[in-house]
Amino acid sequence: MNNTTTTDEIKSFKDLFIFLRGELKPKGKIVTPFNLISAPVIIFGAVLILYRFIMGLGAVANSSSEYPWGIWIGFIVLVGVAFAGGAYVTAFVVYVLRAEKYHSIVRMAVLNGFLAYVFYAGAILLDLGRWWNIVNPIIGNKLGVNSVLFLVAWHFLLYMIAQFIEISPAFAEWLGLKRIRKFLSSLTLGAVIIGITLSTLHQSGLGALFLMAKWKIHPLWYTEFIPLLFFVSSVFAGLSVVIFIGTISYNYHVFDKDRIDPEYRQSWDDILFDLGKACSIALFVYFFLQVLVLIHGRHWALLNTAMGYWYLTEVMGLVWIPCLLFAWGVKYRNPASIRIAAVLTMIGVIINRINYSIVAYKWYLPLQEKYLPSWMEVVITLAIVFTMIWVFRWIVNRTPILCKPPVWAMEQEREEESKEGLLALSPQLGVTLADGGKLIEQKNKVNTRTLR
Amino acid sequence: MGINRRIFLKGLGMGIAGATSGGLLLPKRLMAGEGAANKEFMGVLVDTTRCVGCRSCEMACAEAHNLPVPDISDTSVFEKKRSTSERQWSVVNRFQTAKGEVFAKKQCMHCNQPGCVSACPVKAMEKRKEGPVTWDTNCMGCRYCMVSCPFDIPQFEHHSFAPKLQKCNLCWERLQKGEKPACVEACPAEALAFGTRRGLIEEANRRIYQNDGKYVPHIYGEHEAGGTGYLYLSAVPFEQIGFRTDLGTTAYPEYTKGFLYSVPVVLLLWPAFLGGISALTKRKEKISSEGGKR
Repeated sequence: MNNTTTTDEIKSFKDLFIFLRGELKPKGKIVTPFNLISAPVIIFGAVLILYRFIMGLGAVANSSSEYPWGIWIGFIVLVGVAFAGGAYVTAFVVYVLRAEKYHSIVRMAVLNGFLAYVFYAGAILLDLGRWWNIVNPIIGNKLGVNSVLFLVAWHFLLYMIAQFIEISPAFAEWLGLKRIRKFLSSLTLGAVIIGITLSTLHQSGLGALFLMAKWKIHPLWYTEFIPLLFFVSSVFAGLSVVIFIGTISYNYHVFDKDRIDPEYRQSWDDILFDLGKACSIALFVYFFLQVLVLIHGRHWALLNTAMGYWYLTEVMGLVWIPCLLFAWGVKYRNPASIRIAAVLTMIGVIINRINYSIVAYKWYLPLQEKYLPSWMEVVITLAIVFTMIWVFRWIVNRTPILCKPPVWAMEQEREEESKEGLLALSPQLGVTLADGGKLIEQKNKVNTRTLR
Repeated sequence: MGINRRIFLKGLGMGIAGATSGGLLLPKRLMAGEGAANKEFMGVLVDTTRCVGCRSCEMACAEAHNLPVPDISDTSVFEKKRSTSERQWSVVNRFQTAKGEVFAKKQCMHCNQPGCVSACPVKAMEKRKEGPVTWDTNCMGCRYCMVSCPFDIPQFEHHSFAPKLQKCNLCWERLQKGEKPACVEACPAEALAFGTRRGLIEEANRRIYQNDGKYVPHIYGEHEAGGTGYLYLSAVPFEQIGFRTDLGTTAYPEYTKGFLYSVPVVLLLWPAFLGGISALTKRKEKISSEGGKR
């Protein structure tokens, strides 16, 4: 069985030490094209980050009085957080709607979300001129309760904690901590519900940040509905990223072979289409909202300008076309179409967020006064993204993210659920997940057994 | 089965968490500088028809705030339109208009309800009861104030290890001692007048009425962005002397008010709604599993 992480429960610190020492060793091939490119970028990026903290923001970044926010906010934070949206959407489906089928992707999505917040929301620290004061909104060195950013800051912090609770059973399973796992998994539903609430508010809150930049943002992009648009776009942004990561994990051998469960792998082919369907619907809702906003704003005369073409590229080319591609892929069971649509959607979200923070922001300035990121900003950005991928890979290669939890954990789960008279939410042995009907039947048998 | 104690406590805990975090954001605390109407804010009236472009105000400002003192005999600075910077809180610009050269001073407008104050997550930006908008060192340097300012006034020391945010503070430290702002005191042409905002609007209107046709019949700042502490008179339309005339009369915090109002509602209703869905799906499963037992 490949899903037992530790054979025995760790009983002493010595056991833990020996275990961790073994786990710290690299797994898989070390010399890969990705590693060869990313390792130097990460090291160089780390040096630049140090340089930035010593010499000040201006030594590294091109942000100016005209453009207070560059790509660290516009790309890393805004896009990173939107891309983390898959975590709350899948958690909602699996833990609140209890759709068993998607169990194989929920941990991957939540881990991605958690790391995205740690690294991408954490990148705010880079951009804060007086970063040592970041604790002020939390310790209450004056609370700006009427600030959107105050709300977003608090929600980031709380959501990071909620996501850690959601993913923590995986770590407990890795370390073989049975009692701790039991406690942590009892918190999951609460953490998920609070997490979804926080996500709703801060995904839209990031959009609300731009509401006061009313005269600085091009009228085709500025609307009082920016928060709603940001929230809806986080749904398909997050799901597209789940499609992207799932495809890489299950279809390419980037992770340790033992860490990919064959049944999960099999169920993925089916899940892909469900995700595509959800994306298509969310994109359609978003497109519809965009059309409504355009009609209400009565800015169609602006469509026939350079900025108007750019707007159409975003809304038609990177929202409407992927929406159709997703729908087409679902109808004709074409995985390639779904994958292309997911990549187009991701590009669309990146461009959308960059538009709000940079391109459509002060669009009236002449080209030479516009912001362009410095090469150092780009290197640091890449270094942060690569580090996040390294950490993600490290965790997937060690903890049960893409494979089933160890047997003891699944039994524990079943026991807890049957106490409440429920069907176990954890995946079970010998059950093909794709086969929904058979699954329920088996689950009923199992539950009946435990209930007696 | 019914509700057992654990479920009850869970629900109660969630309810309390929601209620208390909602309380943080009660609507009545939302408005920056609330009740602006019944407070006497101080302000400055700038009569651009009187300004001679001597830049004495720039020098006085720099001296009063330990900033690098500009060389005011150098008139080459007028060749380009300048913005305030992290080294200059106040700048005078020259404009070529239909009625000849016009000089206009630029600095923080000290809005009645400033966007920057409502933007600040740590209240480093504050609207003082005397009228000035001031900055404090508990600032995190997020620069959201710069994004939210309709006049692009706050300036950040990008090249410093411990950067400060630099902007005109209407000489708040002098105001507390009962003195006038340094620029007003230094003005040799009486282009600047200091007083209560209400009094200055009266004075501005008096000048418009008594000098038939000299001024455009508009006081810039009376209603712009919800009203500002600095007020301007001009003989030419304001867009000709570098002012944005498309700002509207809505106070900037109003733009985020709707979103902020919805926050406590979502915080309370969302968990309840999600908890309800979760309970329903659980109940359905329970029924089907009990059915399986039979």
